[in-house]
Amino acid sequence: MEHITLLVGVVIVTALVFDFTNGFHDTANAMATTISTGAMKPKIAVAMSAVLNLAGAFLSVQVAKTISGGIIDEKSGVRPEVIFAALIGAIVWNLVTWLAGLPSSSSHALFGGLIGATLVAVGLHGINGDAIMMKIVIPAVASPVVAGIASFLATRATYRIARDAGPKATSKGYRAGQVSSAALVSLAHGTSDAQKTMGVITLALVSAGLVAPHSDPPVWVILVAATAMGLGTYIGGWRIIRTMGKGITDIQPAQGFAAQTGAAATILASSHLGFALSTTHVVSGAVMGTGLGRRGAVVRWITASRMAASWIITLPAAGLVAGGATLLVDEGTWGLWVVTLLALAVCAGAYGAAQRRRIDHTNVNDVEYVENAVGAERAAADVPAGAERFDAFAPPLSTTIAAPASRAVQTPMQTQKETAL
Amino acid sequence: MNIDWGALGSVLGVSVISTVGLVGLFTLGIAALSRQEAAEARGAAAPLARGGAYACFALCAAAVAYGIYLIAL
Repeated sequence: MEHITLLVGVVIVTALVFDFTNGFHDTANAMATTISTGAMKPKIAVAMSAVLNLAGAFLSVQVAKTISGGIIDEKSGVRPEVIFAALIGAIVWNLVTWLAGLPSSSSHALFGGLIGATLVAVGLHGINGDAIMMKIVIPAVASPVVAGIASFLATRATYRIARDAGPKATSKGYRAGQVSSAALVSLAHGTSDAQKTMGVITLALVSAGLVAPHSDPPVWVILVAATAMGLGTYIGGWRIIRTMGKGITDIQPAQGFAAQTGAAATILASSHLGFALSTTHVVSGAVMGTGLGRRGAVVRWITASRMAASWIITLPAAGLVAGGATLLVDEGTWGLWVVTLLALAVCAGAYGAAQRRRIDHTNVNDVEYVENAVGAERAAADVPAGAERFDAFAPPLSTTIAAPASRAVQTPMQTQKETAL
Repeated sequence: MNIDWGALGSVLGVSVISTVGLVGLFTLGIAALSRQEAAEARGAAAPLARGGAYACFALCAAAVAYGIYLIAL
């Protein structure tokens, strides 16, 4: 019993860590466009998103009951060890993509972790291939396209209708519109994603016999899951916000509004009709759509294709890590500790690497980024400083020396501001 | 394995129509507000534009409320 309690305790803590990474990984989904267009101050935006994520987590516990959504056969032998390994895979991949500033799907990371861990622990029969196709592959391909088309058309429409409108009314109006649509996305995200963690914790409690099967998550589980995600959101995944808000295309307020509304509508329409979508994919698609919708806007396809590549490898990569972790954990308690220590080392490494090229609320909208976008027309002098900036996968060391210096020149203000956590 | 094209199609339809509808409505509100502000600057009143703007924004607010209802469902 003691062993089980320890294991379940470790699983719960790990689930909360995942929830936390989920929070800061996905802040960008709701807030990137709002921040990059200046509709809200970065800190205020993430604070609002955090509160709404928290609120959203309390709204519903529907998803929490079917955490894996039939992708893995939960009866075939989901032990706490397997859940633990799955979470480790998801956390590691979330950290790697965050470091690279890539908006990959946290849900896919979790699903990938679950699939990988189950494959190793139970074998192929523990996994439902049809469900993977229907619940992961098809939505992943369709959702950015749907959100993209919706945002593209909405962007066209809004620029056409508002072409004679005065600047005062438009700036006020689009700001209000952006804030409301971003709020809706935050709320929807809190509901769907915090519930996944609640589901994982509940599953662990059930598998240890501490909670009756098919029961709702206990109140304390809802509370801690919502808090972990809210905290993560508030910390803010500034790297990903920057990619989403500035990296794909340069977003104007009208576009931010159109993209965010398209994302909110797609998320709500599909979850209402029974498709589980990744918020990340929807928002990325919407941002691309709105970039194509405004005349003169540039969509950076290199960034977009790098993002798409990260979507494809998210599931197998998280699965691979989770599978390896399962092998170790199955060796016994020492394996559990080895995996825990390795995971902690990855966390520390990612944090350390992030500190070297720090991106926070002070430089999230860094201008050099924008200049780099129109690189062809700009003076060649801009390019050396900015060119490798966007290379998310570049080894951190090669850029560390140049980056802080050039940024300090660009924004002398930032040194005086408080350093964000 | 069969893909449910019907459901996919309706997600596409509903998303596109509601997005374009909402954004269009909201932008109409902005345009009306702008017209009202322009009229005010000339010292004239534009009750129709003002009323139209508020009607547009109210409908959008109702749509947001419906969205929250869908989330909580």
